[in-house]
Amino acid sequence: MTALSEKTPMVPAPDAPVVTTRGLVKTPIVFGVVTVLISLLVAFKAREGDTTFRLAQDTDFFELPEITVPSTASLSTVVVLLALCTAASALLVSRGRRSPLWLVAVFAFLALTGFLCWAAAGEAVPVIGLLGGSIALAVPLVFGALGGVLGERAGVVNIAIDGQLLFGAFAAAMFGTIVGSPWGGLVAAMVAGALVAVVLAFFAINYFVDQVIVGVVLNVLVIGLTSFLFGQVMAKNSEGLNDPPHFDRIPIPVLGEIPVIGPVLFRQTILVYIMYAAVLLVAWALYRTKWGLRVRAVGEHPKAADTVGIKVNRTRYTTLIIAGLIAGIGGATYTLVSVPQFGEEMTDGAGYIALAAVIFGRWDPVRATLAALLFGFATNLSGVLSVIGSPVPSQFMLMLPYVVTIIAVAGLVGSSRAPAADGVPYRKG
Amino acid sequence: MSNETGASEVPEPGSPADLEKPGTPGTPPADKTPSPWRGVMREIASGSALVSVLSVLLAVVVGSLMILLTDETVREAASYIGARPSDFFYAVRDSILDAYTALFQGAIYNTNVEGFERRIRPLTETLKYASPLILAGLGVGLAFRAGLFNIGGRGQMLLAGAAAGWVAVSVDLPMALHLPLAALVGAAAGALWAGIAGVLKARTGAHEVIVTIMLNYVGYYLIFYALSRQGLLQAPGSGNPKSEAMPESAILPKILGDGFNLHAGFLLALVAVAFVWWLLNKSAMGFRFRAVGENPEAAQASGIHVGRTYTTVMLIAGALVGLAGVNQVLGTATSGVTVDLDAGIGFDAITVALLGRSRPLGILAAGLLFGGLKAGGFSMAAAEGIPVEIVLVIQSLIVLFIAAPPLVRAIFRLPKEATA
Repeated sequence: MTALSEKTPMVPAPDAPVVTTRGLVKTPIVFGVVTVLISLLVAFKAREGDTTFRLAQDTDFFELPEITVPSTASLSTVVVLLALCTAASALLVSRGRRSPLWLVAVFAFLALTGFLCWAAAGEAVPVIGLLGGSIALAVPLVFGALGGVLGERAGVVNIAIDGQLLFGAFAAAMFGTIVGSPWGGLVAAMVAGALVAVVLAFFAINYFVDQVIVGVVLNVLVIGLTSFLFGQVMAKNSEGLNDPPHFDRIPIPVLGEIPVIGPVLFRQTILVYIMYAAVLLVAWALYRTKWGLRVRAVGEHPKAADTVGIKVNRTRYTTLIIAGLIAGIGGATYTLVSVPQFGEEMTDGAGYIALAAVIFGRWDPVRATLAALLFGFATNLSGVLSVIGSPVPSQFMLMLPYVVTIIAVAGLVGSSRAPAADGVPYRKG
Repeated sequence: MSNETGASEVPEPGSPADLEKPGTPGTPPADKTPSPWRGVMREIASGSALVSVLSVLLAVVVGSLMILLTDETVREAASYIGARPSDFFYAVRDSILDAYTALFQGAIYNTNVEGFERRIRPLTETLKYASPLILAGLGVGLAFRAGLFNIGGRGQMLLAGAAAGWVAVSVDLPMALHLPLAALVGAAAGALWAGIAGVLKARTGAHEVIVTIMLNYVGYYLIFYALSRQGLLQAPGSGNPKSEAMPESAILPKILGDGFNLHAGFLLALVAVAFVWWLLNKSAMGFRFRAVGENPEAAQASGIHVGRTYTTVMLIAGALVGLAGVNQVLGTATSGVTVDLDAGIGFDAITVALLGRSRPLGILAAGLLFGGLKAGGFSMAAAEGIPVEIVLVIQSLIVLFIAAPPLVRAIFRLPKEATA
């Protein structure tokens, strides 16, 4: 622990018993600001009409009834509840205690419901489409974030997630078309992701080049490479190189019939099911296996790991390659699911969002996944609301996920602690 | 920080060890040498300049291979290489020669046209493309020196460009006031946008990488909104997300006459280089930036207010990147503000800063090189049909190779240490 505190004395460890008051005060402040913003909606922009929450699709086995509430009245109720949450959080802080996670979750749920009641007044919110679409949008982010978590846990900062996604998408489109099977495309995407990882490892581990530099440069390199090959080769022969077959939706027999949860979670493509498995597998491997212990040791204290006989650089190599394989699957979701075609720079910086999810999720696979899902949800929410015609200009809706991330990173998470040896090359001796 | 023993073993400025951490370079040149040029001379002599040249060469070779592998004539000739190998080699030679001739003629000197004035025009285009790269590169590099990674160039350029454009179209003043006012407001907008990340980092510890990335998107949609609203920035009576054209009184003047596109933005970039050099090497504030970048804990312990330094450095960095946006709106693309005004410069600036090792003169050189590649890339695309993205590949390879001198030395079988 001494090495830890030497490196980051200004940043309290997440589980440190003594927490500065300033860190505690942030949560009620953010709560208060959100509550005031929403009560402003009631005061100045109240909207007439009822809001309907549609909880079922036509094909459901059991059909849940629609829930219809009056917009303004329910928004006022929500404001009162939000104020109560803020007060509770402030009370806890005054007694020197941290606001519990469930309080944050309840607050977020209430704030969101209130906002939906207001934004969709006179309209119906398709809850299933909203949640199911969020998962679909989050898939590449989750895979990218899992890859990022693995790399950073082993002590290698991976800014090149975006490059891995983009190269994966490119390889999936090209080889999926050539082989004529989405599975061929998936394998190619994984190899492409791993290839980027190998280059990152080669420069970062063998030549001690700053990992942030290699990552950023690799992103540019992949953008240049894929766009060059797209313009020079792919665009000239679209049928032969850029027309991959795609994965279909596979409803899971019994689980898919559960109301709300079924259509949201279990009527997706195989890639989503692979994602569930990958999250569990990475979390299990990282915390419950000998290999995971080694990875974490190498990321926290490489010298100590070396002393007990763990090959630091070899462990980093293998972990990065596995991370690359996973991130590559995320890339495949761009070209093997809904619109099976590659386009220049089609990931549009999603890898950076995945990186944000890694840090937001405090380098933990499950929390990073939740962060990625939150991001997918916010993106999909803006899409759904612009379809049902929200009173907020579409640009502000599209801005929402990014603003939410800033608020969350600044207000709720605050300073987070990276693995101690993250970004530091290991030199023996 | 036992892992950085490399830097203390080789304290030579510009030595390979410096590159490992852009935010924590070794001893700055000015501490030892009063003139920046002596630092440059020393770099050439020490052999690291040789590595830089070889890195560029290596990147160009890889770029050539890519052009060859995808060239149809070459592939055709390769299919009967056994029968007539000479065809293949002629095709290879023509393909490469044509590509780089087009690059040279687009970037420096065009021998295809008559008259020196028209022949030298490509060089002025290179300078035009280099100006925003230098300005934004300085912004990114300055933040690097304080240990901050500013990926928010895109958002900062957009905000600054839009603010400058707004002053340009909505205020009516004589040029002597109008142009400086628009540029200043633009720089201030860029500073504020980057300052958000600085303040959040200082106050809450929010990671500046995340915040600047997010601010890129927020800025994009904000400007998009302003550009699609009548009464905000949208040109009156228009349905497109674009502002009015800039008025004459707010446009950066052409410095070589109307025959050339080169405008005063380039002079602005040169002034900015001098300013950042002075700031980093001669001022107390610059010393604090470097101290925080080297070791924030030690800086804190010796009485430097780290949080305030983060905020200040982001404000100045944002103003510099903002000037790149101003340069675009009031100089290069004066037909009106659009959401694409950053033209990828915000991200290119990162590679410029890395190649320039976060030093003002290095950034100047890197900006000129990348400006030339950009100008040449467009002419290569027009003349030979080679996608302009080949330039991105070459740029990123240059930075990769330069960052790993031992690799370059190994490839060219150079001795391990050129000088002691």
